[in-house]
Amino acid sequence: MSNNKKSQSEDTQWPLWEVFTQPRDGKPHEHAGSLHAPDAEKALENARDVYTRRKEAVNIWVVPSDQIVASKGEDEGPFFDPADDKPYRHPQFYSVPRATKRRS
Amino acid sequence: MSNESKMKTFQERIDNGETIEPKDDMPDRYRQQLIRMMSQHAHSEIVGMLPEGNWITRAPSLRRKMILLSKVQDEAGHGLYLYSATETLGISRQEVIDQLLEGKAKYSSIFNYPTLTWADVAVIGWLVDGAAIINQTMLARSSYGPYSRAMVRICKEESFHKKQGYEMVAKMANGTPEQQDMIQDAVNRWWWPTLMMFGPHDEDSPNSAELIKWGVKSKTNDELRQSFVDRHVEEAHAVGLEIPDPEMEYNEESGHWEFGEIDWDEFWNVVKGNGPMNKERMKARREAHENGKWVREAAEEYARKQKLSKEKAS
Repeated sequence: MSNNKKSQSEDTQWPLWEVFTQPRDGKPHEHAGSLHAPDAEKALENARDVYTRRKEAVNIWVVPSDQIVASKGEDEGPFFDPADDKPYRHPQFYSVPRATKRRS
Repeated sequence: MSNESKMKTFQERIDNGETIEPKDDMPDRYRQQLIRMMSQHAHSEIVGMLPEGNWITRAPSLRRKMILLSKVQDEAGHGLYLYSATETLGISRQEVIDQLLEGKAKYSSIFNYPTLTWADVAVIGWLVDGAAIINQTMLARSSYGPYSRAMVRICKEESFHKKQGYEMVAKMANGTPEQQDMIQDAVNRWWWPTLMMFGPHDEDSPNSAELIKWGVKSKTNDELRQSFVDRHVEEAHAVGLEIPDPEMEYNEESGHWEFGEIDWDEFWNVVKGNGPMNKERMKARREAHENGKWVREAAEEYARKQKLSKEKAS
């Protein structure tokens, strides 16, 4: 991720954390934003104060930003290529005889 | 790819309505414009806490005090969403905050006006947050992903700000003669500065065309200003308040309220740092940063000790 370079030689800030919130039980965690905090405990507390002031979440994850490995934007096409030529993975690929009338 | 064809590919993505994400290729100018605009927006949220924070200890009831505290806390939150969105462009938070503290970065000129009475708190909620919503609803469709997502979040919270303001305005406008005078006086003082919040006329706005071309904005300053006027004139009349503009007139044909000319000399004067409160605001902001140093140091020390005791235990 070439764009995420540090623009300063001496960075005195606390580490950056990515915040993921789970809106309701059973739902997936979703990226909410990021924040700076000296450790995980404080990052969780700050995430609660910043991103859930109106009960937007039942659970929060915080992840050190530099621990996230992402695919690259410019590789988007080639990287996901293998998914392109396998239409048989979708149910629409198949033509089958119409089933007998469903009984209600 | 050559620079020219890169530019073309980027413009095509924008024209197709695609969202630009931090890891995507983008022209340097797009990045710079966003850093300028988003950090300025973040600073405005933070400096915006000052005029209202001024009234927290003097709120007329416990209910109003709780609402105001909550609103000012929201503004801090909005500043943080925007600072983190700005950081995705590859600039550190430290750097953008330093730019503000050194007086190199701007914030919204509206916060350079003083809050003289409690009625100002009501009118700020109604007019200033009302103007902010119009601007931010547009920016929620901005081409830059992190900016637009931060705006969606902010818009949801901002409607509370406007509504509590308008509720108060309506209450005072129907109150005692003193309260009615107070609220009218506040409207008289805030109306024109709020119209200036949308920025210069389209033909005098150097950045607008470029920002629209890149899908950061989708409406011009004058278009946004007009929709603000149309909405708020009706709201003022609904509670029996006057708009301090003798030229204000409804145009049956266009369906818009036409208004008088803004005092642009005043606008540029405030933007250049000579508004009634520019120096006080910056002084308060610098002092808050300086006086908050011990909190940052304490948090750091606490984290260090926690880590140490965990290491000992294992």
